[in-house]
Amino acid sequence: MDLLWQTAVNATYAASYMALIAVGLVMIFGVMGVINFAHGELYMVGAYCVVFLYAQENFPFLLAVAAGLVFVGIVGIVMERTMFRPLRDNPLGGLIASIGFLLILQTLVVFGFGRRMGHVPPSTHGKIEFFGAVLTYQRLFVIVAAILLLAALWAFLRRSKFGRALRACAQDTEAASLQGISMNQTARIAMFIGAGLAGVAGALTAPLVSPTPYIGHSIIVTAFIIIIVGGVGSLEGAVIAAVLYAFVHTFVTTFFDGVIANIVGLALMLSVLVVRPTGLFGARERA
Amino acid sequence: MPEPVGAMPATGTGGSIGRIAWRLRPVFLFAALAALPYLLSYSQQEIAVLLVINVLLVSSYRLLTLTGEWSLGHVVIMGVGAYASALLAKQAGVPVPLSMLLGGCMAAAVAALLSFPLFRMKGFYFLIGSFAAGEIIRLIWKRFTDPFGGPKGLKRIEPFPDIETGFLSIDFYEPVNYYFLALVVVSASLFVLYRIERSRIGLTFHAIHWQDRLAESVGVDTFRYRTLAFVIASFFAGIAGGLYAHYIGAVNPTRFSVDQMVYVLVWAIVGGTATFHGPILGVVVLTVINEIVLRALGLDTARPLIYGAILILSVLYLPNGLESLGPRLRALWQRRRGGSAAAGSEPA
Repeated sequence: MDLLWQTAVNATYAASYMALIAVGLVMIFGVMGVINFAHGELYMVGAYCVVFLYAQENFPFLLAVAAGLVFVGIVGIVMERTMFRPLRDNPLGGLIASIGFLLILQTLVVFGFGRRMGHVPPSTHGKIEFFGAVLTYQRLFVIVAAILLLAALWAFLRRSKFGRALRACAQDTEAASLQGISMNQTARIAMFIGAGLAGVAGALTAPLVSPTPYIGHSIIVTAFIIIIVGGVGSLEGAVIAAVLYAFVHTFVTTFFDGVIANIVGLALMLSVLVVRPTGLFGARERA
Repeated sequence: MPEPVGAMPATGTGGSIGRIAWRLRPVFLFAALAALPYLLSYSQQEIAVLLVINVLLVSSYRLLTLTGEWSLGHVVIMGVGAYASALLAKQAGVPVPLSMLLGGCMAAAVAALLSFPLFRMKGFYFLIGSFAAGEIIRLIWKRFTDPFGGPKGLKRIEPFPDIETGFLSIDFYEPVNYYFLALVVVSASLFVLYRIERSRIGLTFHAIHWQDRLAESVGVDTFRYRTLAFVIASFFAGIAGGLYAHYIGAVNPTRFSVDQMVYVLVWAIVGGTATFHGPILGVVVLTVINEIVLRALGLDTARPLIYGAILILSVLYLPNGLESLGPRLRALWQRRRGGSAAAGSEPA
């Protein structure tokens, strides 16, 4: 029973950072129609922001996390300006260019920090226990931060003018630009938020995962599974699918092993693709 | 360096000697390819072997892209051929040339099986689906130590058997000899691939790419033709895998990871997939750049960065690949010459 509780707690933690990553990916896809293959590397760069600022330069952890969000967001804007904007009519081209960008980010991090695992000391040592399950503050912090950030994003999208413009672009780009919404401006904001969310997820989890320059691969696989299961255009779907996938993956990992869990996740995604390509929660398909 | 056919200048208008030379270009090409290994150092010969194998890999990939679908699982399919051939030779004692052929058949069979889920999707869904399917296969290799050897893979795979007759003895441990073996196998495969593309089937692939609805309306079963392209491409990828496994003598799941797939994508895209020789041009040019320029300059660790930059730049500025560079430059030159001539005769 304790193990069950503990696994559920672990799954909640996994769900929170996976949701951040997947929502970021969906943001980018929703507005620009491009699948960003470099999303895992954006997570990795966010983690290395913490490695550099917090572990090496001894800045406060929170500051390093915030810097991770902003820095990776700016990397996102650079990607938008240099690749996705010129390739707007060519979604496959955008995807392939993002594969190129992924290689560049990986190599730059290898140059800066080496191939070895970066070590990040925990920022707090406390933990809470309930029903026999242990939740460290470090993990609790990720969960709380994810909930706050996603709530903030939700409010931003629903309430602010930018948010409405963003949703309009995601629904129908042409109609939105006819209403005087600047596509470039909207794409820039979407890219900043989408990349920033991946970056902040990396920054928050850096003390828990020991980042390497190649960590992005497993992240992007996870993110793909989640957005396919949730339906590629749907932010709510991504959150629900993140929770679902995190629970399935964590439980299978605990009770079988990690590789089996990955196979189960991929098989889940493949079967969703076959049975219902719009995802379990996605209403409509975006070309 | 092997001269790709398309890179030869069209000297046809330059006089009868030029015309004869142009006609005889396959002869020159084969002469160059035959002379090539003797001009290279031992380690460069080894690279030449891999290059020949990669030519088959990327050319078979192009056959799949003819129908308009881009797979991210092609390297894993190559791995299926490699694993199957290695296991057949190691555990079932199948003679190596036959095991390679069976490896290709195995890759084709896996592709046929995968086509049922995968070809219910199109475009980017197919891309992601093929990625997922490939990862599943790779994880199965990783997870099941018996018979796949787990993360360490298979080692000490039977080499290609030496040929020992009274007056002829060929030891395929020597890269030069394996180079010629691979060259023969790959040339034959490329010939078949070329004939397929020029046949009615190949034309149908093109039709499905550009006008799938129209093709369906005249009675083409697009599912079956997509599957056919996938199966044929996978067969040749499997052959490439077999050539690889029995040359290197070891295979492991990492060797067939998506990182390797990225290189295939780069070769195909940088070369350009509109023509048969485009991807071959891509793999040859990039391998030469890689081996000569990067290794000589000691920029080995920067390789992914440079590949990434090349990939982005070619998607942005050379969307039809290197193959389009020649005609484009020629057009530019002619326009400039024509323009200056026009400007000289009638100032406008």
